[in-house]
Amino acid sequence: MTTLDNIPGALSRGPETPEPEAGSRNVRLPLWRRLRAGLFGTPGNTAITLATLLALAWTVPPFLRWAVIDATWSGTSEECAAAAGACWAFVAAKFRFISFAFYPPALHWRPFLVVVLLLALLAATALPRFWRRGLLLAWLAGIAACWLLMAGTLTPPPVPSNQWGGLPVTLLVWTVCFGIATPLAIGLALARRSDMRSVKVLAIAFIELMRAIPMVAILYVAMLILPMAVPDGQLIDKTIRAMVMITLFWSAYLAEVVRAGLQAIPPGQDEAAMALGLGYWRRMQLVILPQALRTVVPAMVNLAIGFLLATSLLAVIGIVDLLNAARAAATDPSWLGFYDEAYLFVAAIYFAFCFGGSRYSMWLERYLGAAKERG
Amino acid sequence: MSETGLTPAAPGPAGRIRAWWGPRIVTQIVTVCAVLALFWLLGQNTATTMERIGIAPGFGFLGHSANFEIGETSIPFSAGNTYAYAMLVGLINTVKVALLGCILTTILGVTIGIAGLSGNLLLAGLVRGYIEIVRNTPLLLQLFFWVSLTKAFPPPRQAAPLFDAVFLTNRGVFFPAPIFDGMPDGAGWLIGLPLAGYGLFLWFARRRGALTLRRGLLAALACLALAAALLAGNGVSIGFDVPVLAGFNIRGGVTITPEFTALLVGLTVKFSAAIAEIVRAGIQSVGQGQWEAARSLGMHRGQIMRLIVIPQALRVITPLITSSYLDLTKDSSLAVAIGYPDLVSVINTTANTTGQAFEALIILIGVFVTINLSVSYAMNVYNRRVALRGSGPR
Repeated sequence: MTTLDNIPGALSRGPETPEPEAGSRNVRLPLWRRLRAGLFGTPGNTAITLATLLALAWTVPPFLRWAVIDATWSGTSEECAAAAGACWAFVAAKFRFISFAFYPPALHWRPFLVVVLLLALLAATALPRFWRRGLLLAWLAGIAACWLLMAGTLTPPPVPSNQWGGLPVTLLVWTVCFGIATPLAIGLALARRSDMRSVKVLAIAFIELMRAIPMVAILYVAMLILPMAVPDGQLIDKTIRAMVMITLFWSAYLAEVVRAGLQAIPPGQDEAAMALGLGYWRRMQLVILPQALRTVVPAMVNLAIGFLLATSLLAVIGIVDLLNAARAAATDPSWLGFYDEAYLFVAAIYFAFCFGGSRYSMWLERYLGAAKERG
Repeated sequence: MSETGLTPAAPGPAGRIRAWWGPRIVTQIVTVCAVLALFWLLGQNTATTMERIGIAPGFGFLGHSANFEIGETSIPFSAGNTYAYAMLVGLINTVKVALLGCILTTILGVTIGIAGLSGNLLLAGLVRGYIEIVRNTPLLLQLFFWVSLTKAFPPPRQAAPLFDAVFLTNRGVFFPAPIFDGMPDGAGWLIGLPLAGYGLFLWFARRRGALTLRRGLLAALACLALAAALLAGNGVSIGFDVPVLAGFNIRGGVTITPEFTALLVGLTVKFSAAIAEIVRAGIQSVGQGQWEAARSLGMHRGQIMRLIVIPQALRVITPLITSSYLDLTKDSSLAVAIGYPDLVSVINTTANTTGQAFEALIILIGVFVTINLSVSYAMNVYNRRVALRGSGPR
């Protein structure tokens, strides 16, 4: 099987290795000298620079004219239709709809609080100094609070989950599924490396099956098969069904990353722990997993970024996530057809999360590497 | 965890089976039984539900006639053909977009990856920006964007042709198709012969280790010239069926639908970023010492790249690119969201019209598992081959 661990570089996302060009190494030239060498160093280089500038001059001004100069920043859809450029007034008018979709407008403070709470938890999780048991409890309490807030169990009126939508749904599905998939993945990774043959075979079958099929198929299983497979045809909520299947799906991908971490631990560690008389679970808990997980945290962050992008597939089964909310916003009869603006706006939100996440993952890799060297 | 068995296995076949099976027999039996029980329970429930809503389980429905049309087909299909045939149409559509996507994304990705390594600051910065934007936004969002772009093309009768041959319209992209006039029956050998010749050349050149890019290209040109001469000698004239505006529509040429265009462009762009990164990582994985050693042998940059760096980089690049291809094939299933009738889309329609969701999804999963396992197998064979050819410490 092609797995991540026999592929160098598969676990890293960014350019952390230096350029192979000799000569520029170790010498820190002043900025303008580097610029001149990088842009006009050789005749070939100058030609590339000029060609690139020409291409830019051809593409950038029309885009700027559309996005800035001819754009409508405020007003009605009629004014937008009259102007040639982008209609940012649409985004301003539809901001609340894109964020919270069909949630009752009078109760928008609830999804707003949910987003704030989840962002605060994410920010705290990003800082290694908060990595202790309390954070786990905070997440459990936070998710429970978010769910109760959205459903309105304690603060009536209740809102059924088919009216939930927008950013809170995207963030909730993402965090909850990732959170539950991680312990599952650790179990799967340990099972795949087990010397019990049947356990190993079962783990391999599950992981490879999940990794072979597209996420859309998994969502269809959640939509079509899962309702049939529960006793007496009890109808579980669509969002929860999707979350169950997504959790299982992501756990297979996470398990491969965790397994790569386990393989990176030299066998001497396990042997030494065994010599101390520790049983299997104590060895894993005290010796192997802390080291293995530490090495793969950056890779898990990268996977989490991919998962956030993948939550947009919820639109396929009609759950109104952020992307679907943006699309629905552009089908409003009074603001019909401003798809490009809606897509650009949510693209910017996704980009902010994912680009930030990938930079964070690079920083974390350096931080953890430095911490390891300090011992 | 540890592969080193502390207790030596007893000799004989029973001991060997026990060593293969591993320790803790009771735990293992309990695990297997628990998994089987879970599946039995789920299966039982599913069977009960199907019975309750009046659906007979089984694959008999595949032979029934499907009462839906498929918007885009490579082989003729009409409502009334069987479900199995509809799925085949869907599978062909999936394979079509996946194959074309893999080819185009490789071309674009390698170009971008090399542009990023060119050492020109402006170009490298642009490439970085492209990669970050493409990589950090969802594929489905990009597909929606491409769909809205193809919808924004003018209707056929207002479309301005590019180079008098290609029309970008909201009904699809029209471009010229090559046609062979006066082709006698059974004249396939006119094309088959040069192709076979090229295949033979590749095989011999490879066996003698004398295959280079230049020789390959020259031979390809020679075979093309041979084919053209053979065709001309047998009274076949090669022309182009150029699309022209006729009334309200465009006639002639080949058409690709807006959905196919959007899906193909979307997949190509999304995965080109991944492939550009893979190419960069692969080339950078070749140590600086390799460059220095090659330079001290008097090689110039192109030679070092061709003879030293790329062969080693390919060891890193090939498995990564293969898994990108698999991801692209899997992600082509997003077609269902933009109305391109791929396998997933056809299977979804089948499940909804027949109610045989369980069987339909089993087929879907089976197809993707087959694709994945066969590519993984080919990859393992390749890995063993490159590993054998002395990959000493770098």
